[in-house]
Amino acid sequence: MDNKLKFDFRDLAKLITKIENDRLGAEDVLKNIYKENSETVVIGITGPPGAGKSSLTDRIIKEYRGLGKTVGIVAVDPSSPFTGGAILGDRIRMGDHATDPGVFIRSMGSRGSLGGLAPATIDILNLMKSSGFDVLIVETVGVGQSEIDVMSIADTVLLVLVPGMGDDVQALKAGIMEIADIFVINKADKDGVERLVAEINMIINLNRHRLEWEPPVVKTVATENTGIKDVMEKISDRDIWLKNYGTNVKADRLSSQFKQMALDRIGGNILAILEERGIFQNWTLEFSAGRSNPYKALKELDEKLKIEWSDK
Amino acid sequence: MSRKIRVLIAKPGLDGHDRGAKFVARALRDAGMEVIYTGLRQTPESIVNTAIQEDVDAVGMSILSGAHNTLLPKVVELLKEKGAEDILVFGGGVIPDSDIPFLKENGVQAVFTPGTPSEEFVNFIKENVRKDG
Amino acid sequence: MTIRDEFNKWREGVHGKSVSRFPERKKEFKTSYGETVEPVYCPEEGGSAYLETRGFPGCYPFTRGVQPTMYRGRFWTMRQYAGFGTAEESNKRYKYLLGAGQTGLSVAFDLPTQIGYDSDHPMSDGEVGKVGVAIDSLKDMEILFDGIPLGDVSTSMTINSTASVLLSMYIAVAEKQGFSADKLNGTIQNDILKEYIARGTYRFPPKPSMRLITDIFEFCASNVPKWNTISISGYHIREAGSNAVQEVAFTLADGIAYVEAAIKAGLDVDVFAPRLSFFFNAHNNLLEEVAKFRAARRLWSEVMKNRFKAANPKSQMLRFHTQTAGCTLTAQQPDNNIVRVAIQTLAATLGGTQSLHTNSRDEALALPTEESVRIALRTQQIVAHESGIADTIDPLAGSYFVEALTDSIYAKARKYIERIDELGGMVEAIEKGFVQQEIQDSAYHYQVAVEKGEEVVVGVNKFQMKEEPPTNLLKVDRSIQVSQIAKINDVKSSRDNDAVIRKLAEIKAAAQGSDNLMPKILEAVKVYATLGEIAGTMQEVFGEHKESVVL
Ligand SMILES: Nc1nc2c(ncn2[C@@H]2O[C@H](COP(=O)(O)OP(=O)(O)OP(=O)(O)O)[C@@H](O)[C@H]2O)c(=O)[nH]1
Ligand SMILES: [Mg+2]
Repeated sequence: MDNKLKFDFRDLAKLITKIENDRLGAEDVLKNIYKENSETVVIGITGPPGAGKSSLTDRIIKEYRGLGKTVGIVAVDPSSPFTGGAILGDRIRMGDHATDPGVFIRSMGSRGSLGGLAPATIDILNLMKSSGFDVLIVETVGVGQSEIDVMSIADTVLLVLVPGMGDDVQALKAGIMEIADIFVINKADKDGVERLVAEINMIINLNRHRLEWEPPVVKTVATENTGIKDVMEKISDRDIWLKNYGTNVKADRLSSQFKQMALDRIGGNILAILEERGIFQNWTLEFSAGRSNPYKALKELDEKLKIEWSDK
Repeated sequence: MSRKIRVLIAKPGLDGHDRGAKFVARALRDAGMEVIYTGLRQTPESIVNTAIQEDVDAVGMSILSGAHNTLLPKVVELLKEKGAEDILVFGGGVIPDSDIPFLKENGVQAVFTPGTPSEEFVNFIKENVRKDG
Repeated sequence: MTIRDEFNKWREGVHGKSVSRFPERKKEFKTSYGETVEPVYCPEEGGSAYLETRGFPGCYPFTRGVQPTMYRGRFWTMRQYAGFGTAEESNKRYKYLLGAGQTGLSVAFDLPTQIGYDSDHPMSDGEVGKVGVAIDSLKDMEILFDGIPLGDVSTSMTINSTASVLLSMYIAVAEKQGFSADKLNGTIQNDILKEYIARGTYRFPPKPSMRLITDIFEFCASNVPKWNTISISGYHIREAGSNAVQEVAFTLADGIAYVEAAIKAGLDVDVFAPRLSFFFNAHNNLLEEVAKFRAARRLWSEVMKNRFKAANPKSQMLRFHTQTAGCTLTAQQPDNNIVRVAIQTLAATLGGTQSLHTNSRDEALALPTEESVRIALRTQQIVAHESGIADTIDPLAGSYFVEALTDSIYAKARKYIERIDELGGMVEAIEKGFVQQEIQDSAYHYQVAVEKGEEVVVGVNKFQMKEEPPTNLLKVDRSIQVSQIAKINDVKSSRDNDAVIRKLAEIKAAAQGSDNLMPKILEAVKVYATLGEIAGTMQEVFGEHKESVVL
């Protein structure tokens, strides 16, 4: 156990479980522990399924370990919408680090969340950040193209793409610029690398005028450990850039992170109250009886909230 | 507050027959559990570290090579060493009946041999995992 | 020309010639009431469709068998896979089996040997000698074949990622016994792709593994010409839970990948293809299995002829070994397994296998005892000598059902292969997890069906009974690990360590470059470099494979 770390791994793991299972109790755990730790580097790794996110994570862990840095990883895999069960398999690719006392890996099921992370991921990363890891890596689900949650927590987002995706890049285009701080073309041992590079460059060029940080493009073969040094270099460039010019990036991120937390909390609380008082159930009954509809109910809700807020 | 059961399914040793392990993993997922699957060639040390970091409720290991008497008790012992003896340990695979008493004496709480209906191990886990937070 | 004319032509030509060179087992085959049994039966009508898709034994497309006389000439080779514990014990078992009338040896290695770890490696803990014999250096191999003249037996070795090393050791032992490599007969499994798919004893990533395989092809073509350099295995794909179509499709797709790799490495297809052999599973569904073997033969011959332009008929023949299905054996009421194995034996032999391993009734529980191994061997002998199925070739041909299944398995397997081609070939399809996913799904659905009772497994989900725990199981002593480690230390202290270092360095250099690795490995085993040292040296260059799991 690295003595820079504040928790024993077993305790940390148990705290994570607590946060994950009791969303409303999370702040009891975190309010006294949480410390915005500007020393911790948070890296997000996102991209389509099977692109090599976990393999790349494995290599990046190795690089940081070589520098003597402690690394915490949160890897999210999809939960089944039907049973709530999940098979979490990202660790398979990171097996070499299972017995390293400077590496902590936690797998999470997405538990119904759609933005690429799990409901508790951000809290858990905040917990891990506060426990003193030098580096945190979060691997997103990799199922959709709406994996934007990761932006609200990571300093640097690696978007992992693979050659031969063809139309997929087109489809990703919409939100792609917002997500990627570094484009990683993994599986560069396959055909079609140059075409993908050209496509990405075209997108970057089109958007160049509105970019503060111009995302670099790096080619890797994670399975053969090629190109990883380049990735590390770009991450460190990004770090330097953030330190010099990125103060508002970080501030914006904290603010949007909090906005999301507040939204979840307020929404959750209000819903709980509505359910407690039977109002919610009543509305639903009215809907099915054809006496009301969701839009009418929203209007009513607005009114109710105005009264409640002004009361207090 | 919803408490999800988390289970680590691992293949200790060098044996590569993972049909059983994969079936168990899928069946547990279909029963609503979160299954951490680490694949082949796990050492007892890596299994125990993973179990701790993932804070699982149970560890299931499948062995068909005959190495069960060495590997399963080793995992139990290491868990104990790290203060994690509350994690349930169960085994499966080609394990002769005559070895089961030995394994049970050494902290393996259940052994499921081929042909065990999935209901049986799902219920076993549900009924025996720790009830605390 | 009618089928009858073609038949007569075959009878005079292909068949006649073969019989005149290798006489049949009997002058005449007869039924119990004295009727003569013909070598082969075929339809009177049907014309070109029959000739194109079925043909005659020993002729393209080989649906009806690869040899003109099949079992009328010689029975299949009865080959029981055996090996456990130390080289000394396995050596004793081999001598017992040869004495009991077995016609070929089949060596099982323990997992550390299969993956390339010495017995003293931490990963080997608990595994030494468990599922087969432990081989660490040439010393163990010398003991294993002590008193067995390697020039006179045919030996099959179940070895894949480390096949290059074990084959080298075999050659080195033979040379010490006075047999040169060109006299040796046998097979190495050497099929790494199915290890990634289903069996799990891989060590290196696909690319360098494929190179090792083509190095072996090339080396054997000029040095060990009678050796079967690969046994492309569907057996484990089936054991992992695939269905019959997937077994055929994925196995042949693996075969295609090897042929492509060898051609790319500059080898001539008609030089190496005749040495390719296959290995299939014989399951319980008797008629479906027979159709499976027939369909596989036809599909492979077409692939070789049309896709690879192989001209030598030997390149087009799908010759195969079969093992009865281990996954059908039950731990419950183990004697029932004898019956299952008998049905599977019929499936394999009615399907025209070239050699067969029959499982022992107690294999779901432990390593087989000598008694159960004998019953398994006797099962084959009874089918061969007493059942009459060996008296005519491909006896189930013409059954409406078997012929329909033959066509449908052929067509469905072909579709799969097309799909795999679209994905970029088998290596790619495996890396993408496509193949594993398909097998996984079949396995899962089968298991669920068993649980629901839709599939009946006698003694498991129906007709159960209370049983006493079985006795008399064979156990491997843990002390083997200790004695194996002592042997390694002995070897290391008595060999020329400078020579070992030199030879390992040469292996490393060859691995980094493109020279054939086989001669270097052969030299290294001869100075008693251990398997673990050699595999470790290659890993430094090649890296280690990590599975791509799909669930
Ligand atoms: N050829 C090649 N294969 C790679 C490379 N990187 C990863 N792979 C393989 O691609 C497959 C998927 O890799 P993962 O790292 O699990 O991909 P992932 O993006 O984490 O996958 P999910 O978490 O399931 O979305 C594995 O079989 C890897 O071995 C690469 O650079 N080249
Ligand atoms: Mg992943």
